[in-house]
Order: sequence, then C-alpha cells, then structure tokens
Amino acid sequence: MSNSSENVIEATIAHQPSPGEKYYPAFEVTAELDAKAAELITHYPEGKQQSAVLPILHVIQKQFGYISGEAIAWVGEKLNVSAAHVLGVVTFYPGLRQMCPGKFHIRVCRTLSCAMAGADNLFDKVCTRLNIDKSAIDHHHPIGVSPDGLWSIEGVECLANCGFGPNMMVNDVLYQQVSDEVLEEVIAKCLNA
Amino acid sequence: MSITYLPGKEPHPKETRRILKNVYREGWNQSIDCYLADGGYESLKKALGMEPKAVTEEVKKSGLRGRGGAGFPTGVKWTFIPPNNTKPVYLICNCDESEPGTFKDRFVVHQDPHQLIEGMIISCYAVGAHLAYIYMREEFPIAAEIVQTALNEARERNFLGQNIQGSGYDLEIHLHRGAGAYICGEETSLINSLEGVRPYPRIKPPFFPAAIGLYGCPTIVNNVESLCQVKHIIAMGGEAYSQQGAKRSPGTRIIGVSGDVQRPGFYEIISGSLTFGELLYDICGGPKEGRQFKAVIPGGSSSKVMRTDVSYKVKNADGTNGSISFFDIPLDLDSIAQHGSMAGSGAVIVMDDSRSMPWALNNINRFYAHESCGQCTPCREGCPWMMKLSTRILEGKGAPEDVDMLLQVANQIEGKTVCAFGEAASWPTQAMVLKFKDEFLALTDSKNAILPHSAERKEQGKYLTR
Repeated sequence: MSNSSENVIEATIAHQPSPGEKYYPAFEVTAELDAKAAELITHYPEGKQQSAVLPILHVIQKQFGYISGEAIAWVGEKLNVSAAHVLGVVTFYPGLRQMCPGKFHIRVCRTLSCAMAGADNLFDKVCTRLNIDKSAIDHHHPIGVSPDGLWSIEGVECLANCGFGPNMMVNDVLYQQVSDEVLEEVIAKCLNA
Repeated sequence: MSITYLPGKEPHPKETRRILKNVYREGWNQSIDCYLADGGYESLKKALGMEPKAVTEEVKKSGLRGRGGAGFPTGVKWTFIPPNNTKPVYLICNCDESEPGTFKDRFVVHQDPHQLIEGMIISCYAVGAHLAYIYMREEFPIAAEIVQTALNEARERNFLGQNIQGSGYDLEIHLHRGAGAYICGEETSLINSLEGVRPYPRIKPPFFPAAIGLYGCPTIVNNVESLCQVKHIIAMGGEAYSQQGAKRSPGTRIIGVSGDVQRPGFYEIISGSLTFGELLYDICGGPKEGRQFKAVIPGGSSSKVMRTDVSYKVKNADGTNGSISFFDIPLDLDSIAQHGSMAGSGAVIVMDDSRSMPWALNNINRFYAHESCGQCTPCREGCPWMMKLSTRILEGKGAPEDVDMLLQVANQIEGKTVCAFGEAASWPTQAMVLKFKDEFLALTDSKNAILPHSAERKEQGKYLTR
C-alpha cells in the first residue's frame, strides 16, 4: 500500500517553498518523534490508532513548521491508514499548514468583535511593518511570509478573547488589545528572544 | 475565608462568581495544592460515596441546561445512554469554544483547570465512563500545557487512574487538541475529529451520540462550563441549585460582553436575575462616549441580532398583551428565545450607532463561508454566495434585488443541512436583512454608497457607474 499512496502524495501535493524554511529543520523521522507518536497512540483504545492522527500532526507541525508530503506519508504508515486519508485530514483544518511559516508566525483574529476593535487595520499594519506582501495572501494561500523568513502572518477566525480585541497570537502566545505600542513591544521581544 | 482579586480584576457587585471564582484571584495558581487548600475535590469525594444513578438524579433535579449554546438539559442527556448498554461509555469535554463572541471557557482552562477535571470525573462516574477526552481547540496551546500538567497532578494524587480514592472506580482522561475548525464544536463533528477522520457532522436523529457516538459507543459530549457546574451541583445539592435563578434555566451563567461598551469583559451572573439594561448600563458602563446602542447580538454570532430601539411584546400577568423595551428583557434562555433570538453561549456582541450593519453582516458571512465544512451543498455553496452578495452590497455594487436575494439564499440554507451550521449561518443574515433592511437598500443606491474601508476600494468606487 505504501508505494502507491506515496505516488498519490507526490501527484497531489506540490511543495510550496517558503523563506521561513531556514528556521525549521527538514522533516526526518527521529527516534524521539517515533517514540512520541507511539506514546500518543496509547491514548486511544486498542485498534483505534487512527485517532492519533491529529496529535501526531501537531507534534510534526510544531517541530518542522509545517506538514510536508513526506510527513503525511509517514503518518499514514505509522497509523496504518492511507496517506490520502491523512492528506484529507490535513486539508480540512485551517490550523494545519502545508506551507512553512516564518520563525515568528503571527495570527491576527479578524472575526466580528476583533474587526470592530480594528483588526483589519492591525493586519495591514503588521504587513507593512514587517515587509510582508499582502497581495499574495488569498483563500488558498492563507499565510504570507516576509522575504527574510523571520515573520509570517495569517488572518484567522475567532481566537476566543473577544472582549479584549484586537487580538493576535505570536506562535503560542496571545496578545490582547494590540495597539501600535503593543505591536512594537511584541516585535522587539521576538527579536531579542 | 474572604476572597480578594487582583487589582482591576474585581468582580462587579452584581455578579455571583461560582465557575469564575478563582479567575484573577489574589494568591491563586493552577496547582493541585492550591486547589486542594481551597476545598477542591471534596465534591468528588462526596459523589464517589453516592450511587452513579443518584449523581445523575441530582444533576437532573438541578435543572442544569447545557452551556455550549443549545441549552439542552445536561442530566436528561446523560439518561439517553441505552439502559441495556454493554459497550464502553465515553465522555468528551467540548472545549472547542469557537463561536465568535464567546470567551468564557478560556479562563477556566487557563486559570482553574482542576475545577474542570473534578467536574469531569464526577460526570464520568455518573454516566459510567472509564475513558474520557478533553477536546481542546488548537488556539489554546498554553492551556493545553496547563491542563496536561493538571491531569498529571490529578493522576499522581489518585484522582485519576485505577481505584480512585479507594472507591474501586477507574478513569483515565486524555487531552486531544483540535486544529482550528469551527465545525468541530458540533458534537458529532467533534466525535469524527476524535476518530481521526475528516470531521463532517453525522446525521441525527435517529441516533444521537448518547446511543451511538465515539467508536460506535455511547458518548456524552458536554461543554466546559456545564461540566464545571456539575461540581457545584454536587456540592450544593440539586434541589438547592435549582432554586437559584430563572425557573427553567437555573444557576449562574457566564456572559461575555464584547464590542461597543465602556467595560467589555466576562461576567458571571445568576441566570435571569438581570436585564439587558442592567448588564449593558450598570455592569458594562453604557455605550462609548457620545454614542448610542443600536443593535445587540445576544448569544454568539449565529444568534439573531436584536434592535435596541424597538419594543418587544410580552404577556402580562393578567393575560393582556403588553410591551417592553429591549433593555427590560431578562437575561435567561427562555426570555431571549421568546423575543426571537437565543441566549446561545452567552456571548453578547454590542454595536453602537457608528456601526454599519451590512459591514457587520459581511464579516459574519465571511466567517461562515470560511468555516462551512463542505458536506452539504446548501451550506457549502450558500455561505460563500451570501458572502459574495453582502460584499457586493457593501462595495456599492449591488442592486436592490440583491438584498432580497440575500434573504432568499439564507432561507434556502436553513433546515436543509445535516447539522445546525446551516441555521447558524442563515440566522444572522435573515435577522440583519429583516431588521435593518433600509441600511442594505441605501447601499444599493450609488448616491449613498459608502466606500470607506480602504484606499483600494475607494479607487474602484471612482469608476462606479450605475
């Protein structure tokens, strides 16, 4: 099964190059990753290892920045499902990326409460400030990466902190009521990290 | 022991803090020691001394209604597990909080994870589950770590694992993270997501998850706030709990206010004890300077918008018809439903007279177009269609017929889909267009077209000839 499914992957997923790739290691199956995947599978009843697809993909995305075709094929093999099945899961969720983000991935909430608090302005400001080409962002390519690969931006739906908009997340950390000053502070903090 | 809160984070005097008791509390942290020192896990010990059926009975007696949005009685849901069931039972905590405007569970999982875990263990004991999952949205990565630590701590102290506190009851809880899909808050979609397939919602009825759910076994899916309430129901007793608040939806409710008020934020109040006027003026400090309230979305973006300047019909005590203003409507499930909207997840989005309703609707429509899972054609095609129509109207390129077409498309989605997403997506459009039709029509007149949103749009508008 694995041979044919790998062919399918090659045919359907073209690698989307991104300047952010230099900040993340290329996908490889390390002993650590393999052990982590095996541990995650034990969280589910016997024979239901397919349930571990999301947790394993999260581990991969966290470590390698995005989910490559190779990673999809490996997860399929690990869980004994077809790679196409894993691809189906990956393409469903906005939170799973097939393109590498920058070292600092900024997610700006654009849903109603944040939009009322000025999220559109914030999005534009971040793009201008960090030299990200906004015109390259569309429904099929939601992530915009700066040429130096350090920053990327993505407009996302509700981050569930609606009372204190506009909100944005930088990697794992949420920043609320992002004004010009807060934005500068966050950028400085990232650069000094 | 008196509780003090961090400066600037004190609850409003009209609040009753139960679920959010420890949020921004002085000297509070997420560790199990802190929780135990405050009388934590006592309700669990009490519940473990009862029969599981008695626990369910208490929850039924309390009249607790689910806090995720639909408001289904929690105890009744638990009894839907087939009585002659021999399969394993699962319980899933729905922490996918993704309804726009909702931000209540965030504070529980970030600051008081053991409250949720205790509520979950009690609920699992009541329904006979030995394996449970917390389905947490991907946008809470820090909370995932906090909850994972809390689960490990609970396991170390034998609140999880084999033979919990010597009762002979075994339970394991795992954390499962979603990946940013709104639809996964729908319980059958959530179950499919947990099973590792594309999370399309399942058809129900005839079989609800309580009969056929995760891995084909009976499964109970409850919201974070509902599960936390269970802890308090056991502590207080179901009867005492039901005495507080609105008759048909007792207990406290967390209201998250966002938008155009002086003090937006989260407030825990006794259900039905306050009116919209008290919430928006007394607690939230009224509209922003020089502004007036125009519209309120009372229960998350999918609930129908309510105008603040019209009167709402009520039946007086003597049976005659009367009317009240929007600000006199009490904040409970039935009162809001009676006036043509829903209390949903308690997310109140307030808009003042500076807001353009077509702009707000276009934002909401974009959300639903983005989040439609694509399983049912009316929703998959209709949501982007509604978005295109509202964008066109907003850009001043729409014809007056487009406004009617917007309504027509919404009517074609409602009730024609597998899950309630179809309703959630069409209600905002229906309500906005019906209640603010003049604003939409005004935009279709090129003389009035407002094109304020970007220089780019203004440039396009220059050549607009109609």
